[in-house]
Amino acid sequence: MSASKTIIRFENLTKRYGKVVAVDGVDLSIEEGEFFALLGPSGCGKTTLLRMLAGFETPTEGRILIDGQDISRTPPNKRPVNMVFQSYAVFPHMTVADNVAYGLKVDGVPGAERSRRVEEALALVKLDGYGGRKPDQLSGGQRQRVALARALVKRPRVLLLDEPLSALDAKLREAMRSELTQLQEKVGITFLIVTHDQDEALAMASRCAVMNRGLLQQVATPSDLYEFPNSRFVADFIGSVNLFEGRLAVDEPDHAVVVCGDLPTRIFLDHGVTGARDGTVWVALRPEKIELHKRGDGRAPPVLEDTPEGHNLAPGIIRHIAYLGSESVYDVAIEGGRSVKALRSNLTRRDQEDFTWDEPVWLAWHACSSAVLLS
Amino acid sequence: MDESWRKAKAAFAALGVPPVFWLMAFFLIPLGVIWGYSFGENKSLTEIAVNGTFSNYAHAIKPLYLGIIFKSFVFAAITTALCLVVGFPVAIAITFASEKTKAWLLLLIMLPFWTNLLIRTYALMAVLRTEGYINFTLALLWHGVSHVTALAGHPLPPFHPLALLHNNFAVIFGLVYVQLPFMVLPLYAALDRLDRSLLEASLDLGAGHVTTFARVVVPLAMPGIVSGVLVTLIPSVGAYLTPDLLGGPSSQMIANVIERQFKTANDWPFGAALSFLLMYMTFLAIAVQAIVSRGRRAREG
Repeated sequence: MSASKTIIRFENLTKRYGKVVAVDGVDLSIEEGEFFALLGPSGCGKTTLLRMLAGFETPTEGRILIDGQDISRTPPNKRPVNMVFQSYAVFPHMTVADNVAYGLKVDGVPGAERSRRVEEALALVKLDGYGGRKPDQLSGGQRQRVALARALVKRPRVLLLDEPLSALDAKLREAMRSELTQLQEKVGITFLIVTHDQDEALAMASRCAVMNRGLLQQVATPSDLYEFPNSRFVADFIGSVNLFEGRLAVDEPDHAVVVCGDLPTRIFLDHGVTGARDGTVWVALRPEKIELHKRGDGRAPPVLEDTPEGHNLAPGIIRHIAYLGSESVYDVAIEGGRSVKALRSNLTRRDQEDFTWDEPVWLAWHACSSAVLLS
Repeated sequence: MDESWRKAKAAFAALGVPPVFWLMAFFLIPLGVIWGYSFGENKSLTEIAVNGTFSNYAHAIKPLYLGIIFKSFVFAAITTALCLVVGFPVAIAITFASEKTKAWLLLLIMLPFWTNLLIRTYALMAVLRTEGYINFTLALLWHGVSHVTALAGHPLPPFHPLALLHNNFAVIFGLVYVQLPFMVLPLYAALDRLDRSLLEASLDLGAGHVTTFARVVVPLAMPGIVSGVLVTLIPSVGAYLTPDLLGGPSSQMIANVIERQFKTANDWPFGAALSFLLMYMTFLAIAVQAIVSRGRRAREG
């Protein structure tokens, strides 16, 4: 990441279809060598953004710069980017080798160099020896590798991937995730991937942009997106979250307290809330950051050493348990009726037996666990 | 689904027998009768003796008739080529039109089928004849230009109408007009199935529109091209009405010769032999095409 250089710049990029705004004034820079993910629910404009970069859609407003050059009106065949299509779009009437050679052939790369580069590209995606096959003799995963090789062989400045893993089965998808990351490190080309799958984006990308309704919501590293979301939309879209609506009772530089109407305890945070205003705030609390403690039989409540008494501690009753193998998710009804999700890793083979249905519990969390959201 | 069909034999027979009977009674049997006539000779004005003679075929392969058959194939080939050249852009336009426009364009393509061929051909005559719409328009333009040049002191010579009717041009023009929908529809069907992302992939990989057309669109539309060529070529070879009405003395095609054997010359055996000679040639051409394409597939496979 040292000496990073901007490779793609979107400047106030907007795309309208009649009255519908697909992409709304996006400003975004992508650095050379990044594995960048555009993440968002379907219809959020991420694919339109990618297609504008590839040249299949023309921006209504704004500019796209690659290496400082405005390519907004450059036809797709003259842009230094190549794309892996969601359907792979492997030419069915050509062999694997001809598919990979296609882009070189139209560029007039001489025969000897062409076949050498095709070999290299096929080896890169682990398809050596498959050159003579026809696409209908390949599995979906192999077809995708052909599409990858076909795009990479052109040595693009940026490789665009449109939902590349959505058509693969779950096991293969997971394997391809790490393979794509390794491939990207190996070739050193900037990857821009579009996905609606947050796990996929978090697992692969070095940086993500979350989009919603054509607007860029947040651009951050995967861990920052998860731990420091800037809005309820991002907090809710990335992973699972408990959201509490309330207002700031205390806001000092080194701590803050939020009072929530539907929570019988106050939420204590070990930091001040910057940019806070009077009015409603939301507290995001991830399920895995909530501890479960036994209540009942006159047991004393747990002591949280970083939190003053009467904060971050709520009594409740387990209403539902979802056993997921590696972890269990507990639906806890707290006093006042609302339900809170808590997640507990099953560290030993007996852990899931610790808590049962309808058991009274304490929910506890640390001062550094929750995030305050202003929108 | 297949299983239940095979089990329900009664239903299958009930549905299958009527069309089979229809085909036998009204297509295969008459065809067989004509085939028999091609090996017979006239005994009297109304009586034909089928005696196994090959004299009709011997007569049919004389240079005069072979020449007309050859010319029919040439006319049909030119017609097919023109239909392909004109029809491909039309099919592409329909494929890429919006859903609403697409329905209208397809309707326009099919509209001629709603009118009788004879009426359409007479309409075409009205367009092409010496005092027809084309010559009328040209004359208007000519006079207009002539007035302008007369001001400059150089009037144009008087307008001579173009001879557009009763010649080979008129026949081919008419054949293209009649056959074009049969070319456009299979082409459109093939292009409509084409995955758009393949075209985008080609552009993305650096190919221009011409290269994309030649290397991606045409190969993938090949099944549509082949069926379009067949359904245009075969009826064109046997075209009868178009050369009869639009053609001149030298643009008679084989179907006109056959017609004369049955209607004017009253030589049914010879007419039958000519008909079947044409059919054998067409079958041969299709068989050769099938063998060649199977061989190509085997080599590629």
